[in-house]
Amino acid sequence: MSALRVLVGCKRVIDYAVRVRVKPDKTGVFTDGVKHSMNPFDEIAMEEAIRMKEKKLASEIIVVSCGPIQCQETLRTALAMGGDRAIHVQVDGKEYEGLQPFHVSKILAKIAQEEKVDLLILGKQAIDDDCNQTGQMTAAILDWPQATFASKVEIDNGSLKVLREIDGGLENIKVKLPAVVTTDLRLNEPRYATLPNIMKAKKKPLTTKKPSDYAVDISPRQEVLSVEDPPVREAGQKVESVEQLVQKLRDAGLIVS
Amino acid sequence: MNSIMPLLSQSARLPLRFSCRIRHFHIQQKKLAVELTRIRYPNLKRGPYANVCDADISNFEKLLPGHGRVITDVNELDGFNTDWLKTCRGSSQVVLRPKTTEEVSALLCYCNDRRLAVVPQGGNTGLVGGSVPVFDEVIISTQLMNNIISLDEVSGILVCQAGCILANLDSYLKDHKFTMPLDLGAKGSCHIGGNLATNAGGVRLLRYGSLHGTILGLEVVQASGVVVDCLSSLRKDNTGYDLKQLFIGSEGTLGIITKAAILCPQKPNAVNVAFLGCDSFNRVLDVFQKSKHMLGEILSAFEFMDAASMDVIQKNLKMHNPIADFPFYILIETSGSNGNHDEEKLNKFLETMLSTQLVNDGTVATDMSKIEAVWSVRERMAEGLMHDGYCYKYDVSLPLLKFYSLVEDMRRHLGSRVTRVVGYGHVGDGNLHLNITTPAYSHEIMDLIEPYIYDWVARHHGSISAEHGLGFKKKQFIYHSKTKSAVKLMQAIKKLMDPNGILNPYKTIPDAS
Repeated sequence: MSALRVLVGCKRVIDYAVRVRVKPDKTGVFTDGVKHSMNPFDEIAMEEAIRMKEKKLASEIIVVSCGPIQCQETLRTALAMGGDRAIHVQVDGKEYEGLQPFHVSKILAKIAQEEKVDLLILGKQAIDDDCNQTGQMTAAILDWPQATFASKVEIDNGSLKVLREIDGGLENIKVKLPAVVTTDLRLNEPRYATLPNIMKAKKKPLTTKKPSDYAVDISPRQEVLSVEDPPVREAGQKVESVEQLVQKLRDAGLIVS
Repeated sequence: MNSIMPLLSQSARLPLRFSCRIRHFHIQQKKLAVELTRIRYPNLKRGPYANVCDADISNFEKLLPGHGRVITDVNELDGFNTDWLKTCRGSSQVVLRPKTTEEVSALLCYCNDRRLAVVPQGGNTGLVGGSVPVFDEVIISTQLMNNIISLDEVSGILVCQAGCILANLDSYLKDHKFTMPLDLGAKGSCHIGGNLATNAGGVRLLRYGSLHGTILGLEVVQASGVVVDCLSSLRKDNTGYDLKQLFIGSEGTLGIITKAAILCPQKPNAVNVAFLGCDSFNRVLDVFQKSKHMLGEILSAFEFMDAASMDVIQKNLKMHNPIADFPFYILIETSGSNGNHDEEKLNKFLETMLSTQLVNDGTVATDMSKIEAVWSVRERMAEGLMHDGYCYKYDVSLPLLKFYSLVEDMRRHLGSRVTRVVGYGHVGDGNLHLNITTPAYSHEIMDLIEPYIYDWVARHHGSISAEHGLGFKKKQFIYHSKTKSAVKLMQAIKKLMDPNGILNPYKTIPDAS
């Protein structure tokens, strides 16, 4: 089998180290002036693609991001890590707020077909909405097999051997290519982009597209009713003795006499 | 993996990879008892102080009513008696935990009358044995003095108690768009009072200057119990002697700091970090010079590490080198108000560095998580060194041209008798951290290092302690960096402010003879 053409999704999300603040009108969270970075699971996807290319298992890595103009920074980072070219599907403002996994999967599926890719690697979820849907939906739209929550991926003569992280432990599966893989945390440790590659990335091709170029209607299918802070954790109490502890538990109705 | 719970736990697991910048101070609480200081240093003589008796304990309990404020439990005392480096251990029998200035005053008044020696203690993260007792001094801990009193959102002046943990202050300030003017590896444990008493330096000194400039006021309790209120929060105040300066860096020998007014800079909107590899130390200096030229006002840190340091990070802490292997590494941080401007400057700088081949390779971190990961390579050095066994820690100021020669010279001088000799530090401030490790403490090695290293530093007109202070371990070498007349004046001041010498005895300055 010849080397694979790989498509990697790179979502721009609020940096995981930022303390997220909910807007007072409960329509969402503050994003203006907030540090953003590449979704950590997408970084892992990126790293996996680069490792395939280094082993000559992949021939080209195309990176794609859907969202506002700043997504191009995320794409440049992906190119600096080792991507070959980038596609930015620009979606701004209100439209972006309503952009959902369903739309993104349609766009990704279209790109996968247009670019004739053999493998689509996505993060298992984005750390902002925690949807964990895009990979699965894309596979469904393309009617490709899916290998989700991958913690090990091996290419084996036209198919993939994937070790999946599941509730009970680990699962070994084999899927035929073309396929969609979503990455779990332990798949690899992403590299740092080196200075020479950061410089080179600036000159790599980046194409800007619109959802309409792929004939995808991005009118929202869901309505966000409200976004709220998690409940504040109540302070603990100190007790002086076991008797007091038992009494407290009893008062709270957590144990019966 | 489809239920909600695993999703939550996955997010919670992320920080594992981007391990955080806070030095973990409690990892080494092993059973191994550290040799008592009075045994390791047999020539030491206990001063003419009273012994703590049962009546004292009950009096302390009267002065500090409530649970857990007078600690006498042997197991609990151990942590207070032993320094973080596991190099000094005292045998104090009591820890006092006041909450207010009045309580500190009452305690010192009592101890002074009784001639009980006292050691003030903050987060106990000091590196020269200054924060633990030498013999059986009473420990006064600032642990419970952790209230933030006020923040003026216009001027950025923060007033707080001495026991506030540095990282907590910084995260409090973050919500108000300010930041602490100092930052150091021990931030998760160290108390601001201890930072002030030792005039801590750290990685932001290059940008915001020393604490002598950023501290506007202090409230201090003298040995007699008298409260000295210099808690001014004015930028300008030329009325009489600037007494607060005396306490900054006095290492608890002149008084106990109870409150501070700190001038806090605006939190920068944009922070970028570059981690670079260099072929020689001279190149490091060239890059430093160029960075001042090209990054100027946004340069907020310039740190270096040698290959031996990186080895510690990789072997002892199992962390990854962000770039390829090089003899020297540089960490540059920029902080500014406009991310795009900063990035443009940094990019231009880095392009120049690469094209002139001053730098061979490197990486840039703009994501917060990456920035933290890169910083942790530098900030967890002290922790990594501890894994070797015993760490002989030196912190010297040297003219930049002689900066790294000391490390090379020590390597030749000690040869294979030691596990390693590593050099890292704040190039921007001319401050080298030289660390030598061995599997266990050895008198012979110590004799090979000291006074050799101090003579070397004095010969090159450096300072034998740039930011760690003198504490217990280095006080006898003060003359390498200070004249006789200066030390004499220090002794006179000490005598005046603490006539009975109860405050942090055996430390910082030699006794007047």
